[in-house]
Amino acid sequence: MDILNMTATELGMAIKNGEVTVREALDAYFEKIEKYDGTYHCYNTLCKKEAYRRADEVQKGIDEKTLTSPLAGVPIGIKDNICTKGVKTTCSSKILCNFVPPYNATVIARLEAAGMIVLGKLNMDEFAMGSTTETSATGVTHNPWDINKVPGGSSGGSAAAVSAGLAPVALGSDTGGSIRQPCSFCGVAGLKPTYGAVSRYGLVAYASSLDQIGPVGQTVEDCANMFSVISGKDEKDGTSMVYPEFSAEEALRGDVKGKKIGIPRDYLGDGISEDVKNAILQAAEVFKALGADVEMFDMPIVKYAIPAYYIIACAEACSNLSRYDGIKYGYKSDKALNLRDTYIMSRSEGFGMEVKRRIMLGNFVLSSGYYDAYYQKALKAKKLIQNAFFEAFKQYDMILGPVAPTTAPKIGESLSDPLKMYLGDIYTVMINIAGVPSMSAPCGFDSDGMPIGMQIIGKPFCEAEIMNAAQAFEKATEYHTKKPNLK
Amino acid sequence: MEWEIVMGLEVHTELSTKTKIFCNCSTQFGGEPNTHVCEICSGMPGTLPLLNKNVVEYAVRTGIATNCAITQYNKFDRKNYFYPDLPKAYQISQLYLPICRNGYIEIKGDDGETKKIRIHEIHMEEDAGKLIHDEWEDCTLVDYNRCGVPLLEIVSEPDFRSADEVLQYLEKLRAILQYIGVSDCKMQEGSLRADINLSVRKKGEEKFGVRTEMKNMNSFKAIGRAIEYEAQRQIELLEDGGTVVQETRRWDDSKGISTAMRSKEDAQDYKYFPEPDLPPIEISDEYIEGVKNNLPELPEEKKQRYMTELGLPEYDTNIITGSVYFVRLFERTVEVTGSPKDSANWIMGDLMKLLNDSQTLPENMAFDFDSLGKIINLVNSGKINRGTGKKVLEKVFSENVDPEKYIKDNNLAAVTDTGAIKSVIEQVIAENEKSVNEYKGGKTQAFQYLIGQSMRALRGKAPAQEVQRILKELLG
Repeated sequence: MDILNMTATELGMAIKNGEVTVREALDAYFEKIEKYDGTYHCYNTLCKKEAYRRADEVQKGIDEKTLTSPLAGVPIGIKDNICTKGVKTTCSSKILCNFVPPYNATVIARLEAAGMIVLGKLNMDEFAMGSTTETSATGVTHNPWDINKVPGGSSGGSAAAVSAGLAPVALGSDTGGSIRQPCSFCGVAGLKPTYGAVSRYGLVAYASSLDQIGPVGQTVEDCANMFSVISGKDEKDGTSMVYPEFSAEEALRGDVKGKKIGIPRDYLGDGISEDVKNAILQAAEVFKALGADVEMFDMPIVKYAIPAYYIIACAEACSNLSRYDGIKYGYKSDKALNLRDTYIMSRSEGFGMEVKRRIMLGNFVLSSGYYDAYYQKALKAKKLIQNAFFEAFKQYDMILGPVAPTTAPKIGESLSDPLKMYLGDIYTVMINIAGVPSMSAPCGFDSDGMPIGMQIIGKPFCEAEIMNAAQAFEKATEYHTKKPNLK
Repeated sequence: MEWEIVMGLEVHTELSTKTKIFCNCSTQFGGEPNTHVCEICSGMPGTLPLLNKNVVEYAVRTGIATNCAITQYNKFDRKNYFYPDLPKAYQISQLYLPICRNGYIEIKGDDGETKKIRIHEIHMEEDAGKLIHDEWEDCTLVDYNRCGVPLLEIVSEPDFRSADEVLQYLEKLRAILQYIGVSDCKMQEGSLRADINLSVRKKGEEKFGVRTEMKNMNSFKAIGRAIEYEAQRQIELLEDGGTVVQETRRWDDSKGISTAMRSKEDAQDYKYFPEPDLPPIEISDEYIEGVKNNLPELPEEKKQRYMTELGLPEYDTNIITGSVYFVRLFERTVEVTGSPKDSANWIMGDLMKLLNDSQTLPENMAFDFDSLGKIINLVNSGKINRGTGKKVLEKVFSENVDPEKYIKDNNLAAVTDTGAIKSVIEQVIAENEKSVNEYKGGKTQAFQYLIGQSMRALRGKAPAQEVQRILKELLG
């Protein structure tokens, strides 16, 4: 059995059928991680000991048929901003470099209850702030398709690990595109669920009203099975919602006949690369061929998306990140001799540039005298964006568009021009502001052979609809079957 | 020149819910430092607040009892500031849409007329921890036990014109909060704290003067003193041609002075914004109606009923209804004895003396409330005499003894058997020939002496009248 060439769903099936043992699966992945992760740096921390400690118990559960999830026994990589009991959770930040949570995030509790086994913690942009994984305090993750390029971000470690086959499946988090964009850059599938569909308990907050945990998978089916493990109401998260029982099998019928799909004209305007634009237009043709009605429509509200997003996200972030003060846990400057210095020095030394930039931006927009001019206005823009989606969904079952204007940039190109980096989020941030679900899936390659992703955006709680469409596309194309050659 | 004092109050009260506002930790006062703490109330990364529904109910109860409008769509906001006792570096509070607004409490104004003190708003929030300075090690330690204990902040309009009005309002408010069971209002434990905004202006002027905010008063007496001091300080300043600086001042009750803590210029920008981790709270008409219907009798209603139905005098009524602990004791005692009059008399007389002598607040009465009624019944039925009853009450008050058991163990039951009393008195007569002769010779003091001797021989357990009657009879 070639464990490393199976999708997560196939591996789960092979384990269930007794063709592969849980230990064999762990062996295969840890061996490959040891061989390649020195080059790609997907992982911040490996949980080898913890993983093998659980292996026998999980195997027993599967053999005795108490663990029945399609993904039981399957190893998984976890973005390093999702709390894992007893395992370092650093957010790729110096300020949490030594933080070991005494609790599990709800998603971890759920996937462990389903019999999945955590391989390790995946690299990311510091506190999920960034689009390249270059802001990580532990160093950049390399794109498996081209070692000189970024994997995207902030869930760069998650997307690169699944793309490179260093994890069969992974969890990421998406605040403004942080799952979809790296999936697009690395040629894998990823889902940003409806806000409230997955519990945020234990996800270290960046922007609470926008953050969602979601799966990164080799196929749409992997994402669907993963989503069914982690979704649903959680008493520990007041913003989580009751989610109707989700079954991947029922969701994925592979048929989009008669579905109405809209493409916002504003998503194909200035700034988009020709390769990406063509890939999206070709994807539209595929959907047409599959029997869907595809048409263009106007969504001029797009121009407010970036400013509204950065104001709301930074405002929440500056408050969420205030707790890292050197007093209770995490990094504390040893030069500080009094309270004020403990705050200032610990935070100045502990946070990286991009995080500091966003903390300052957030504090600015919340300051008295500026609150109305910025924060209030951003909330109004949020309402308008939500309305625009509401209106669009009166006409269309789904919205199709690019994930990012370009393919993955070279390492070192983005950080010098943060504004340009922010503008790269133009197609993704609106979805978080609207709170709707969106699936990213491979839909082509550019002239350099770098992957291109599309996103299919759905109505709230209609994950089944967009995953079904993405799978129909997957079945009709072969982009998802291409794998990078590792070095 | 005649000056007028203008004051508004911000009262913080700790709610007596069993668990904290956003987690399941205990709210119990005291406890070893950092033992009532979890990942949520200590602000660990990734944790989320989960609203304790009882806090909302307590807030609605308080709103209804203070004539407020309930904000049926209300929200939490974050108040951001750095301090080691605040582990998240923000306090979850309510700024934009507080749960209750526009209420009032009635007091008797300085002119003797009923006066409404308007309540601007009541909002829910979480308490912070406590810093403890270790003099020995010269370091400061943090105790997070109090972090997340639910608070209501009750903000009045600037409607007070005297310390007496402030104290009346606080007493009423405390009684209401205790009656409806939302807080035990123990000032010494910090479960009721009042900050006072005070300014002065010339009588007749419409414009408010510059105000100061005073904190750290730990008793009603301290509040009274702090008001007098601050008003005088401001008046003297102004009369000397100076100006009042808008600032926060800290009251030092032992020195009887207040000192400036921080001025308006140093005031922090709290950067309030809506709390994204908690969905808005929606309160239905039915919910409010339900809370209203389950609200216990409030102090004013009780007062009326005690006077009209039970026939208690106004003075007694005011004192008993002034504390829910007196009310509970009184009502229990009435249940046990069936006599409102006797119950009130014992509370107003013997019990009040015990409280005063020992400087005990009604909330700290630590005996079984059935005991007072039992004592009254024992006295009324002649099982013990009045004096013994008083002694038993002292023991109940100090040691929470069971009256019946205590009387039995100490052999205090009244001697009611006439034959037994007679034989004891006969013995006394036999032993006091001299006094008997003096009495027979016309000396009335000798009779008093013989009564005393008889009572002593009976160890005070026989009814005095009965002893007198028998002695007279035996002496012929």
